[in-house]
Amino acid sequence: MAPVYEPWDATRGEEIIAEHSHLEGATLVMLHALQEAFGYVPEPAIPMIAQALNLSRAEVHGVFTFYHDFRHQPAGRRVLKLCRAEACQAAGGDALAARAEAKLGIAMGHTTADERVTLEPIYCLGLCATAPSAMLDGRVVGRLDEARIDALVAEAQR
Amino acid sequence: MSLRIYVSRDAGAIAVGADEVAAALAQAANKRGVAIEIVRTGSRGMYWLEPLIEVATPQGRVAFGPVTESDANSVLDAMIADGAHPLRLGLTDEIPWLKRQTRLTFARCGVIDPRSVEDYRAHDGYKGLERALTLTSDEILADVTTSGLRGRGGAGVPTGIKWKTVATTSGEQKYIVCNADEGDSGTFADRMIMEGDPLVVIEGMTIAGITVGATKGYIYIRSEYPHAIEAMNAAITAAKRAGYLGARIGGSAHSFDLEVRVGAGAYVCGEETSLLESLEGRRGIVRAKPPLPAHKGLFGKPTVINNVLSFAAIPFILAGGAKAYADYGMGRSRGTMPIQLAGNVRYGGLFETAFGITLGELVDDIAGGTFTGRPVRAVQVGGPLGAYFPRALFDTPFDYEAFAARDGLIGHAGVVIFDDTVDMSKQARFAMEFCAIESCGKCTPCRIGSTRGVETIDKIRAGERVKENIAVIEDLCNTMKFGSLCALGGFTPYPVSSALKHFREDFGPAPTSLQAAE
Repeated sequence: MAPVYEPWDATRGEEIIAEHSHLEGATLVMLHALQEAFGYVPEPAIPMIAQALNLSRAEVHGVFTFYHDFRHQPAGRRVLKLCRAEACQAAGGDALAARAEAKLGIAMGHTTADERVTLEPIYCLGLCATAPSAMLDGRVVGRLDEARIDALVAEAQR
Repeated sequence: MSLRIYVSRDAGAIAVGADEVAAALAQAANKRGVAIEIVRTGSRGMYWLEPLIEVATPQGRVAFGPVTESDANSVLDAMIADGAHPLRLGLTDEIPWLKRQTRLTFARCGVIDPRSVEDYRAHDGYKGLERALTLTSDEILADVTTSGLRGRGGAGVPTGIKWKTVATTSGEQKYIVCNADEGDSGTFADRMIMEGDPLVVIEGMTIAGITVGATKGYIYIRSEYPHAIEAMNAAITAAKRAGYLGARIGGSAHSFDLEVRVGAGAYVCGEETSLLESLEGRRGIVRAKPPLPAHKGLFGKPTVINNVLSFAAIPFILAGGAKAYADYGMGRSRGTMPIQLAGNVRYGGLFETAFGITLGELVDDIAGGTFTGRPVRAVQVGGPLGAYFPRALFDTPFDYEAFAARDGLIGHAGVVIFDDTVDMSKQARFAMEFCAIESCGKCTPCRIGSTRGVETIDKIRAGERVKENIAVIEDLCNTMKFGSLCALGGFTPYPVSSALKHFREDFGPAPTSLQAAE
């Protein structure tokens, strides 16, 4: 199932930010909450967070751009993350990653032209004893082989 | 009487179909009109047998695995009839791989319902906290020190000393922070315990809180672990409801609150000062030490920051087990270590055992070599910052000092096995590349050195002035090792140098006799 996101709406954004403004060190919490609602962190939200936390826009922008997780624009409808760390490499993950790239016609870190699938590397899902592993949106999949990666790619494209 | 069936909800089990098997079992039972109760536990840690299904019998739990959806009918029939089945493994506790372990920290993992305080208590849970509540802060510190427990995150700092420093530092507000940013590839013990026995982590943190006088704790969990985040939050809610978190814990005068915070995909946030910055809502930039977090930690307040496994070891120690804990192990490495066997591995999973077991025993005997059946060529111990060991060093005992003496580290005790198809110059390149991707950028050796490292290894792999470029890499590794602010830049040389030292043949043409002299 593809996750469903709301379209950006400033009032809704304000609401989400206000929900977390009582927390200590709330910047990451707010960024996560915004991304969960909208699928990415819309640019206009940055000054809104700054305002709520009495920080400069530059500080919030700095936090936003430091972390790999936060998206600057919406991802494809489905996000397929392939674990690219050592345990998965040892179990043949490199070849499977190349296979997924070829099937989708995109390089790691990109979205297909029809905006259906975003393919991303992830550095360790902690499924190292059932390697190679992947995550399709929130669902984890282990013991990948050619057949299983093909099925996963096909499911993501659907 | 209904059948009680246990199915893991560990992410590693779900990744290979545990949810589907649980649903299929429920359906099969329904079809037969048999009453069953499915308890979702953590994992026993034998991942080659997942999904592992257990059924309660008068003799104890009987295991079946690995069970697929299509096996559900026949497995259920075998459970009802208590009869034979090709996937039947006998009594779970008698499975040799499990029986050989010394499970102190992971005693309940895979056994209990991780969201039930009642089940936790029925299996000796909260005995440590109950005893701690009758002791003074000094008495608790004495127990932690006696146990010999050292930080399980990798640095191996004695936990007792860390706690004592915070206890004796004055401050109105102190914090307990649990580092659950387990980013090292090949490690999953934190994830497993958070999913399989989260209350033991909560209990350990609560004991830390009452010892040092902290009333608030944070668990910083990486975003790559959605199942652990969910399990931890559910356990916190359960503990609150049972009066084990919040005001007046267990009827005492102590208060302690816990909150989960989620990381955002930065590996460097596993470094404690970078983690604290991140918790404060900033970029995960490493802080210079001193001041130590024990003096000036989260929001500048005295802070105990420990790894998940360190906190998880505490309840056993405080439940009167300090001496027993210290009796396990070797040298200055006391107690047990939850070792994780991963990568190209036949019997992969979590093996908790006393320090002192050799790398060879772990790889050949317990892990059973590779999944592909090819010879083991290299083993990386301790994650992306750990050294690659060749077979010649398989006699190294699992011990902080023994690994350090061989230019390696045990880190968070992840063991990743590679077969003979591995290209070690590619692995060395990856180590540099990973450091370049994940560097926080504060110090130059790490930020620039890692990028130059990738470029130089590329030249070596292309056969360009191999001898000179290897000298450059060796020099660069020294600069990074001694000039970096934290372990990311400082330890990236371990995999690179060890690959060069032990697998020189993978780095271009054979060395001349001059180079062989090194």
